[in-house]
Amino acid sequence: MADEDAILEMRGITKTFPGVTALHDVTLEVARAEVHAICGENGAGKSTLVKILSGVYPHGSYEGEILFEGEPCEFRTIRDSEERGIVIIHQELALSPYLSIAENIFLGNERAKRGVVDWTATNAQAAKLLARVGLSERPDTPVLDLGVGKQQLVEIAKALSKRVRLLILDEPTAALNDEDSSHLLDLLRSLQEEGITSILISHKLNEIEAIADRTTVIRDGRTIETLHMHDEVEVTEERIIRAMVGRSLDARFPERTPRIGDEALRIEDWTVHHPVDVGRVVVDGASLHVRRGEVVGLAGLMGAGRTELAMSVFGRTYGSGISGRILKDGQEVRIVSVGDAIRHGIAYATEDRKKYGLNLLDTIRRNVSASALGKVSRWGVVDGRQEVRIAEQYRTSLGIKTTTVETLTGKLSGGNQQKVVLSKWIFADPDVLILDEPTRGIDVGAKYEIYTIINRLADEGKAVIVISSELPELLGICDRIYAFSAGRVTGEVAREDANQESLMHLMTMDKDGAAR
Amino acid sequence: MSTMTTPTPPESPPQRTASTLSLRARMQGMGGNVRQYGILGALVVIVLLFQVLTDGKLLLPNNVASLVQQNAYVMILAIGMVMVIVAGHIDLSVGSVVAFVGAIVGLSMKELGLPWLLAVLLGLAVGAAVGAWQGYWVAYVGIPAFIVTLAGMLIFRGLAIVLVGVTVSGFPQPFVDISNGSLPNALGYVANGDVVTLLLGAATIAVIVTSQLRSRAALRREGLVLEPRLSFTIKLVLITVGIGAFAWILSQSARGTPIVLVIVGVLILVYTFVMGHTVFGRHIYAIGGNRQAAILSGVDTRRTNFWIFLNMGLLTGMAAVVTTSRAGASVAAAGQNYELDAIAACFIGGAAVTGGIGEISGAIIGALVMGVLNMGLSIMSVDTEGQQAIKGFVLLLAVAFDLVNKRRAGAG
Repeated sequence: MADEDAILEMRGITKTFPGVTALHDVTLEVARAEVHAICGENGAGKSTLVKILSGVYPHGSYEGEILFEGEPCEFRTIRDSEERGIVIIHQELALSPYLSIAENIFLGNERAKRGVVDWTATNAQAAKLLARVGLSERPDTPVLDLGVGKQQLVEIAKALSKRVRLLILDEPTAALNDEDSSHLLDLLRSLQEEGITSILISHKLNEIEAIADRTTVIRDGRTIETLHMHDEVEVTEERIIRAMVGRSLDARFPERTPRIGDEALRIEDWTVHHPVDVGRVVVDGASLHVRRGEVVGLAGLMGAGRTELAMSVFGRTYGSGISGRILKDGQEVRIVSVGDAIRHGIAYATEDRKKYGLNLLDTIRRNVSASALGKVSRWGVVDGRQEVRIAEQYRTSLGIKTTTVETLTGKLSGGNQQKVVLSKWIFADPDVLILDEPTRGIDVGAKYEIYTIINRLADEGKAVIVISSELPELLGICDRIYAFSAGRVTGEVAREDANQESLMHLMTMDKDGAAR
Repeated sequence: MSTMTTPTPPESPPQRTASTLSLRARMQGMGGNVRQYGILGALVVIVLLFQVLTDGKLLLPNNVASLVQQNAYVMILAIGMVMVIVAGHIDLSVGSVVAFVGAIVGLSMKELGLPWLLAVLLGLAVGAAVGAWQGYWVAYVGIPAFIVTLAGMLIFRGLAIVLVGVTVSGFPQPFVDISNGSLPNALGYVANGDVVTLLLGAATIAVIVTSQLRSRAALRREGLVLEPRLSFTIKLVLITVGIGAFAWILSQSARGTPIVLVIVGVLILVYTFVMGHTVFGRHIYAIGGNRQAAILSGVDTRRTNFWIFLNMGLLTGMAAVVTTSRAGASVAAAGQNYELDAIAACFIGGAAVTGGIGEISGAIIGALVMGVLNMGLSIMSVDTEGQQAIKGFVLLLAVAFDLVNKRRAGAG
């Protein structure tokens, strides 16, 4: 497509954060009235790119230039980009649940005269917008009463009310069922006919194949290529996957010779529903097992249901309508609280350390002992000296870089916080340790240390389950990998037989196994 | 055991293990303690200020004794309240519950003819039952404490008014002595000082210093980082001088050590231990610091919350006994605004509105700041309205100071 037909050009975009280069000389060119897909693994830099485009990261905080409709842009806030007609619809919807559809559509942009809201105009205009997006709800319906799919449509209606020229959708169908997804894709197509350009960020390759005119692949913060989906040769999912993962495994993983023992944990036919949207199945009849001395990986893209599986097993801390069986050392066990899980020797280290893993207001010492206080106390009285001794021991053996265990965990770096979380669960001495994204947001050196700790735990005869979005990591440290897609286990592969391409296939498979 | 002015917990917790590396690392390591030294400094400044403004009347022995007697209820309530606040809740009902329990204690002596000791125990039991009632709604039904205790504030004030239509008074002397009496002068005087008081002071100093030394020795055996010798010594000297001076002044007062001081001192000791050294205390900080993380660590948040409120009720029962004894009467209007005094004491003492941070010693210091203000302003004949306004300003300034400090620490 010719340059003069481009609605958006981003050239030489480089964005660095302290210690990391998130984007390196990225180029993106989007033509007028096309559907342009952006593909890449988790952490490839897609979201960063979108945040630069929308002004979340203001002009000046990155290098490179943005041309929108041929004019250079220097967005400093989201408002700036919206004024030009660039609207982003985020994965987490940003609607106010207790307000009506119409109020949400015109939030911050009220139909008002001298500060007094004109409700007739608000509702009438909202109704028109709803018709455009194919939503038949009354404009005064509270957003609370809508499902996720319909909320997404309200977001798009809101975007249309702002005279959108470029619509960016970040994983719009991740939380939608098939029907809602296809409705959304149809809508993008009809908007395209009205001349509205869309950028679609998605993990679902079948959708991209179906709707995108072109696809730009980003990997490790660099543009790999832009594929014309419907030129002479049709671009296949195969082709996109190769571009997404095409990198070699580095020797970034410590060696380990597995000594695998008896089965420690087996989960059978595990089904979990969403805690609020109770009709939605989040984990769908998943079965898996892990043996002592084994490191098992759970691969999957965002929203595949891995964290939900882990948390629902860990004392039902997620979900509703949970069914299935848990067998610990061959015996069926009933686990309905975190206390039960810990008593049965199951530990879960969360993916979100700050939100769910640590008390950031408290010291390393008191965080380390938090889940096994019983081991350092008698008659409800904590033996502070023994506690210090144990915390010191973990500080040294796991290499938590700080002068004293009295340091507040809130002051530690991500890698060191992760080590505190690990210390906490190692101290609880579980048989099965579920680690959710154990290396997220930490630097390469610290990652290696975390891998070493994982290996050591497996060598001590613990069963380790690692949930990770980084395929190289799973391939580097796991003995066996389960692939998840849309809440189902879509495959189980031994390390020797696994590679990134085959895993990515399994991870992007839809219900009917259509990715192949 | 007059530990009231003691800035440090009687038994040295290992959190005194500061590094010798740099001041910054040490400040980090000591966490909340630095902040409490700040509050303690503020208390000292306020005391000195009023000492000057009142021409030395503030620290006259009899004034110090009545300072303790007048503010015992705030300190007792603040102990329970700081636990509630650390867990991320609030209790607005304590003033009304003081009136309600006070009514029951008074009536049980006058109408039912219960012996005073039984009446006190009954008061504590009723207080605990009220706490359990509110704890049930907060912990097991999940209604925010603000709402539950707002309801409690209305309910128990109402019940108190129903119970004591006419003021109930004329209690047995031992009951009245709880808040107005002193330990007997069993051992005579030395240099005009009550020997019992002086011995109590000396014993308190001895206990604290020994436990500090022992704890330091234990840390050395473990090969752990020690607080620098100089600052450790200075700390011990300050403790000794502070408690010593307090005991000396008190021994010069007309009647020596007030009985409530012993009660409050024991409560401070017990609850400092509970918050710092027990699993229950840990769980309170864990829930307030990060509720989700606490749940995912296996803390039974509901049971903990229930016990926090039950305990608040128990301490409110104690405060009711002290208040009724002090007034020598049960009145329906007793305990007016006590909840606000207790909450203010906690926040002046460095507790965080969002939970997770706060200490018993801080709350006690906060209560003393308010008490000294009251006493000082009264001596200067400032009327109650003026006192109230000034206390309001002090609360605002204390929290603002704290916030600014925190922000600076966060930026550094």
